Amino acid sequence: MLCQNCNKRPATVHFTQVINDNKIEMYLCEQCAREKGQFSFETPMGINDFFSSLMGLGSFGNYKRQVPSGDVCNKCGMSYEEFLKSGKFGCSNCYEIYGNRLESILKRLHGNFTHQGKIPRKNFKEISNIKEIDRLKELLEKAIKEEEYEKAAEIRDRIKSLVSQQRGDNV
Amino acid sequence: MTTWYIESGPEADVVISSRVRLARNFENYPFPSRMNSGQELKVLEITKDAVLNCEGGKKFTFFALKTMPQIDKQALVEKHVISRELAESKRESGVIISNDEKVSIMINEEDHLRIQSLYPGMQIDNAYKLCDKIDDILESKIDYAFSQNYGYLTCCPTNLGTGIRASVMMHLPALTMTGYIRNVLEACGKLGITVRGLYGENSEASGNMFQISNQVTMGLTEDEIIANVTNIASQIVEQERNLRNRLYKSDPIRIEDKVYRSLGLFTSARIISSEESLRLLSDIRLGKDLGIINNISTEILNEIMLLIQPANLQKAAGRILNPDERDVKRAEIIRRKLGYS
Repeated sequence: MLCQNCNKRPATVHFTQVINDNKIEMYLCEQCAREKGQFSFETPMGINDFFSSLMGLGSFGNYKRQVPSGDVCNKCGMSYEEFLKSGKFGCSNCYEIYGNRLESILKRLHGNFTHQGKIPRKNFKEISNIKEIDRLKELLEKAIKEEEYEKAAEIRDRIKSLVSQQRGDNV
Repeated sequence: MTTWYIESGPEADVVISSRVRLARNFENYPFPSRMNSGQELKVLEITKDAVLNCEGGKKFTFFALKTMPQIDKQALVEKHVISRELAESKRESGVIISNDEKVSIMINEEDHLRIQSLYPGMQIDNAYKLCDKIDDILESKIDYAFSQNYGYLTCCPTNLGTGIRASVMMHLPALTMTGYIRNVLEACGKLGITVRGLYGENSEASGNMFQISNQVTMGLTEDEIIANVTNIASQIVEQERNLRNRLYKSDPIRIEDKVYRSLGLFTSARIISSEESLRLLSDIRLGKDLGIINNISTEILNEIMLLIQPANLQKAAGRILNPDERDVKRAEIIRRKLGYS
C-alpha cells in the first residue's frame, strides 16, 4: 500500500486521530507521518484558537476585539499578540510584563491564580517573610479594633523586625 | 537490566505505570523557543554538570539528541523515556537518563528542563518523591525562574505553578467492552483530569490502554494534585475490576473463548501488525488477570508490549527492517518470548 499523502513511498504508519468523535484514519509513510505529527491535521479548533477565545478575543466580525498593540517584552521581544497566537511565552520576564492580563486566563485554566506548591529554597525565606508580614498585619488590625493595644504594639514590633530583615535580604 | 517497564508494580492487574514530570526553567535565559544556539548549549552544559557531578551522578548518562540516531530516539519515545517533541526537536537538546531508565531529565524541550520519573504500577507518590529529590539537587545549582504569585514559570501557562503533570497508564478492557468508559471519560473531564491514549496527545487508545493525568497545575500543592490523580485512578481501578468479574461470572465460556482465541492467534501467527498485536495482548492480559491463563507472567507481557513497537523491534532484530519484514519479525519475537516456535 502506498502512502495516502504522497502516493510515492510505502505506507508504514497507521495514523488515527479522533477529533470531536470523528475518526480520521490514514496510512502514511514515515516521512509524511512525521510531518503530519509536526503540523498536525487541520483541526477544526486548535489550542491556539482556544487560547484566543479563553482570553475573550473573538476571532471574526463584531466579535473580534482589538488587541492592545505595541507592548513588547523588553527581555525577549515577544509581543502580546504573538503570545495570543502561540499560547506560549518567550521568557520569565513576559510574566511580569503581561501578568496583570493573565488572571482571567489562569482562572479559567486552573480555577485559581496563586501558587500554593513547592518553593525553591533560595526563594523560601523571602517569600515566607512576606506571607508572615501579611498575616501579622491582619492580626494587628484585629488587635486595634478590639482595643488590645499592648498586643498590637507587640505585633507592630514583630512586623518592623521582619520588614528590616526583608530589606537586609534584598540588598 | 530490569527497567521499570518490565517490572510489575502495585495494582498491576489494571495499572501499567505511573509517571510524574516537573517543568522548570532557568531564570537568566529566555525559554527554549527564543534561545540562540549558544544559549542552548550553555543550558545543556550547566544541567549536565549539575547532574553528572552530583552525589550519585555516576548512575546517569547524558545523550545529545542531535547526534543520536533516529531509531534510538524513537525507541526512547516508545519506552516513554523522552517525549515525541524532544525527539523531533531541531534545537541543541539533550536528555540525561538514569541507568534503570526510571528517571529522565529532558533539556531544551518546550521548557529548559522536564524532570521525569516513571514507576511500574500505581506509584505516583514514589514517582513524585524521586522527581522532587532531583529537583532539590538541581535547584541548588540552578537559579530557577520562579515568582511568588505564579510559582514556577513555564513557557505555556497550562503548566504554570507547580509545573507538575502526574499520569497513570491503565489497561481498561472491561470498561471499554461494555461502553462504560464513556461515563468515566466524562466524569474525569469534570474533575479536571485529562484522558489520553497510549502515546499522549491526540493518540487513540490502542490495546485498551488509557493515560489519565491532572489538568490543573496551579492553586493546589503537589501533594494535593497527586492525591487527586491517585484517588481518581483508584476509583477507575475499582470499577474496572468489578466489571471484569461481573463479565466473567455472567458468561465465563465467552470470555474464555475470547482469551484463548487471542492467545492462539498470538502464539501461532507468522505475520502480525503492531495494532493487531496490541489488541490480542489486551485480551491475553485480561485472561491472565482473571486467572484464566496462569503460565504467562505480567513481566513477559510488559516486555512484549515494548518489543513489538517499530523502533524497539528493529533494535531487537539488530537491523533496519521494512514494514513487511517487521510484521514477520514481530510474530517471531512474540512466539519466542512465549516459548512457542
